Amino acid sequence: MKFTVKAWSKGGGRAGLLQVGSCSIETPALLLNTRKGLPAFISPDLLSSLPTPDSRLLQFSPLHFSEGISLKTISELGGLHQMLGLHEHVFAAVPRDSTISLPDYQSSNKMGASFETPCGRLLIKPLQYMEMISSMKPNMWATLADEVPAWVSEKRNKASVDRTTGGAVFGSIVGGSKIEERKRCAKEVAERNVSGFCLGGFGLGESMDEHPSLLGAITEILPEDKPRQICGLGLPEEVLQGVAAGIDLFDSTYIYHLTLGGFALTFPLEEIRRHGYGDQLSDTGRDGSKINLKATIYRKDTSPILEGCKCYTCQNHTKAYINHLLNVHEMLAQILLEMYVPSFLPIAVALFPGLVILTRNSCHFSSHNTHHYLGFFRVIREAIKGGTFEEFRQNFVETRRDHILAAALSA
Amino acid sequence: MEYISSYGLAETSAPLTNPKPPPPKFNLRLAAAVAGAKVQAAAVILGRFNRARAAQLTLPHFVCQTPLFMPVGTQGTIKGLTTSQLEEIGCQIILGNTYHLALRPTSELIDELGGLHNFMNWPRALLTDSGGFQMVSLLHLADITEKGVTFQSPVDGKPMLLTPEESIQIQNRIGADIIMALDDVVKTTITGPRIEEAMYRTLRWIDRCIAAHKRPHEQNLFGIVQGGLDPVLRDICVKGLVERDLPGYAIGGLAGGEDKDSFWRVVAQCTAALPEDKPRYVMGVGYPLDIVVCSALGADMYDCVYPTRTARFGTALIPEGVLKLKHQAMSNDTRPIDPTCECMVCKNYSRAYIHCLVTKDAMGSQLLSYRNLFYMMKFPKGDVPQWVCNAMEVAGIDISLCCTSSCHPKLFVNDQKLLYTKKAHIEDGNGEAIYT
Repeated sequence: MKFTVKAWSKGGGRAGLLQVGSCSIETPALLLNTRKGLPAFISPDLLSSLPTPDSRLLQFSPLHFSEGISLKTISELGGLHQMLGLHEHVFAAVPRDSTISLPDYQSSNKMGASFETPCGRLLIKPLQYMEMISSMKPNMWATLADEVPAWVSEKRNKASVDRTTGGAVFGSIVGGSKIEERKRCAKEVAERNVSGFCLGGFGLGESMDEHPSLLGAITEILPEDKPRQICGLGLPEEVLQGVAAGIDLFDSTYIYHLTLGGFALTFPLEEIRRHGYGDQLSDTGRDGSKINLKATIYRKDTSPILEGCKCYTCQNHTKAYINHLLNVHEMLAQILLEMYVPSFLPIAVALFPGLVILTRNSCHFSSHNTHHYLGFFRVIREAIKGGTFEEFRQNFVETRRDHILAAALSA
Repeated sequence: MEYISSYGLAETSAPLTNPKPPPPKFNLRLAAAVAGAKVQAAAVILGRFNRARAAQLTLPHFVCQTPLFMPVGTQGTIKGLTTSQLEEIGCQIILGNTYHLALRPTSELIDELGGLHNFMNWPRALLTDSGGFQMVSLLHLADITEKGVTFQSPVDGKPMLLTPEESIQIQNRIGADIIMALDDVVKTTITGPRIEEAMYRTLRWIDRCIAAHKRPHEQNLFGIVQGGLDPVLRDICVKGLVERDLPGYAIGGLAGGEDKDSFWRVVAQCTAALPEDKPRYVMGVGYPLDIVVCSALGADMYDCVYPTRTARFGTALIPEGVLKLKHQAMSNDTRPIDPTCECMVCKNYSRAYIHCLVTKDAMGSQLLSYRNLFYMMKFPKGDVPQWVCNAMEVAGIDISLCCTSSCHPKLFVNDQKLLYTKKAHIEDGNGEAIYT
């Protein structure tokens, strides 16, 4: 794995390039959350229709395989890439996934870290975790961490790393909401020979306002030349907080939750990029960034989710059809919503003519929320490179706040 | 909706916009005349093997190759698959359930949004059932009288009535290529005068259906042969329906728990008596073995929820039978589901991985449904090994001996190449099922 920072924004955000095997991915980037290695609803043939290489980063939790298949069988199959038939994709292992593998700090102890999963509460010891990693062979993996003495397990992780080798190691940094603890942990981990850092313990009920100071304190200590991944920051505002603090890799749990709720992202990326999306304020009944397709107003709406969107869903289906699928609880609703990257394309193409080839190859036939969020990240990268990230961020956050406020007032 | 046209629906929707539907007083002679006059596209039976035939069925939205299997897309979607995936695996026609669609999103809405093809963006053929079967199978207190089927509304519990006229009106609004007449369905396992009553009622209702059918130029109304397991009743029913010269015929009232020996005899009797140049659809049949037997007996179309439902419960259909992927033994089986299969799932995944998904993750249903439908689409169509043909020839002789009417053992070599390359000339998509 190779990582290079290409550009900095005023505040400390950065755009970089992450090279893993034959795959080069620009950061800040979105890792697509998976369940047992595949996105919850996008089957592998449809997965290939999402834009590449943006959609090549997949995140999984080794704990997903705690039942049903043995590590020995996964080894025999040749690891995750072979088992899933996704040879070109980059797999990043993180024990926690924010959906079905949640940290259960109260039950963690000196022996290992505890997680709530569909197979019950699991206490995972570092050695066990390392066995998982060596049979699954991910390209990148975060070390097992528990809340309290993070570097204790760190040392144990490290000891096993030397024996197992494999992908790039991301040292986990925890410490909850205490800035001092976070700093202490970051210092300890930064001293070790790791390829990157994984910031854990976010998205666990802390307030959003705490993020900037916590994130800032951590990234200040970390070496600049290594990538930083974070778990549990999902909302667009949170992603922007993370980017501003110099985080490079994010997870996509947000998309999963949106999809389950029947929501589709609709913020017009192209517009936002230019002048925020203030003109849309009159549009009531939504917060300006997403719509709920279960709403009866879409019953007869024969337009696509987002006009001009190039994703599979918008190219092929209407809001009325998705509304019906949601009403009758058909699985296709989630498939169509999870897949969904839109109007960033025209502008991206205008700014970077080189992208044309890429978009033509990959974006023609793809689908909605995943698509859209990948687009959001692309706009963020362009903003950093163009030196306009801070304005973009403020604009975005303010407009969305206004929208939510307007919606609340009109309700 | 401009993005629909990219799928080529424009061409096929043309006949939907220029119809001058004959008045509702549509009578039988007229139907025959219209059918005769409108048939311009000559299609042929592409191959025969004793009583079995491979043919081309030209429908307004698609030219289908038979024998064919129709997956069931109850609520305007095949559970867990996109329409592009269905096209990719070679699905030619999908069945929609009138009862479900009439409840949600309602046939009026489908009509307003341009018909079911547009609504679900499916460019190929569709068939809708009459809705009567769901009334009987899903609802308690369904009561069948001469007027129609009375049932309790699932919405407010009030009694509601589905008449033959109403069933056809709903199906006219949904707009499928093939619509089914409302029949009086009885369990094959009951005996006595109720069977006879149901058969005669089905015959009386077919006239009401024909009279109510407003779009005979765009939608093909199929009649349904009833009569339980009684050869005399079946015979009366077939004769009655054939007299009405419908675009196609279904053999109903089977696949309901009767013994296989009775089952195949009914199919054999009906296929022998139905006209050669019309498609024959055996309703509710879906086990691969049953399809092979019915095809050998000269049937052309099948539908069943089995391949997709069994997939959701974790079972794969394979040439040797079924593979239960939930079984513990699968957890360390590194082989593909079917090593001889070319589908996306078999090429990429081990039984062990599918085992760890099935019945827990949506992806398990998606992958297995894809795989089972791929299998169903491939297997009735062709690639039949010589040994199967030989075996069926023997079986064909055995079966024909038991049939009363004549079969034509022309023994015409089944030309596989012909089966795949011959294209029909669809001229104006006038909506008649063209079948020769």
